[in-house]
Amino acid sequence: MTKVDTCITLEPGTEAPDFSLKITPDQKLSLSDFEGHPVVLVFYPADFSPVCSDEVALFNEVLPEFQKYNAQIVGISVDNVWSHLAFGEDHNLHFPLLSDFHPKGEVSQDYLAYIEDEGESARAIYVIDREGIVAWAYIAPIGVNPGADGALKAIEGLTEGRYTNER
Amino acid sequence: MSKLTVPVNDKDHVIGDAQAPVTVVEYGDFECPYCGQAHPIVNKLLIDLGDTVRFVFRNFPLSEIHPHARTAAYAAEAAGLQGKFWEMHNLLFENQDSLEDHNLVSFAYVLKLDVERFIRDIDSEAVTQKVHDDFWSGIRSGVNGTPTFFINGDRHDGSYGYASLRRAIEQIAHKAAKEKGVAI
Repeated sequence: MTKVDTCITLEPGTEAPDFSLKITPDQKLSLSDFEGHPVVLVFYPADFSPVCSDEVALFNEVLPEFQKYNAQIVGISVDNVWSHLAFGEDHNLHFPLLSDFHPKGEVSQDYLAYIEDEGESARAIYVIDREGIVAWAYIAPIGVNPGADGALKAIEGLTEGRYTNER
Repeated sequence: MSKLTVPVNDKDHVIGDAQAPVTVVEYGDFECPYCGQAHPIVNKLLIDLGDTVRFVFRNFPLSEIHPHARTAAYAAEAAGLQGKFWEMHNLLFENQDSLEDHNLVSFAYVLKLDVERFIRDIDSEAVTQKVHDDFWSGIRSGVNGTPTFFINGDRHDGSYGYASLRRAIEQIAHKAAKEKGVAI
């Protein structure tokens, strides 16, 4: 059983790697598009995985709380845009899903959140501040969903200027 | 390790002895099929483990994907105001395909509640605030899906199958007894 907290993330205080990924067949979204807003990246293995309450559904429920801090949430998996469109509709999602499909898992790899053996992203959360700096990050052990408490504390901490990977 | 941030208190719905060495808190959604599956498992655990366990249920409706979940939670709390939380909790889990408003009212009749009061209470601040507070205590505690179980305040990260939950409860009971210097 993997111990908690042995999954290495990018260090808080480092610049978050920029990316540009499809959100629809014709449209891309870049990290730099969010400049001036905190962003929460929610990496997850797959659309339509057989649980009704994965972290995507969870963040969807608590989105209004993040919006109070002017934060944006985006989901990222290696699924293609068609799967994302269907999944977003099925889950009534109010934030975009980015497709890390081609090259497969490249952005997930940049964030140390790709599981090569599975060909899927890990369950990872990154909180990025208004200037594009990693403020907080967590990669969950395999089989464990991260929950939203760590990201929420991190977003609240941004206002107070505290950066740490504490949970 | 995720920990329960709001300890069990007198606003909670509790089954079992306050002196039980193990407290299990479930955050659940009445429209979630996995919570529906866990329901008979929890019941069996309570029967099989007797005085070892005290059980608490807190609401965690995922209302974006389960459109009836929040109202079902309100119904359970409203029934609770008339002393029948657990009875309504059971009816809801046993009838997950029938959680429309008219079904909830018919459950109130089945439970012989004061139905007019039940309908008023469903929308009341007391009820909606309780469900809101449950949900946010869950978020702050690291609830990461439904059902999520906390055993003596620590989130259970194993499966919610009978064997896994029973093993976890017994290990924690054993540990609690050792710490107290009591033989089980």
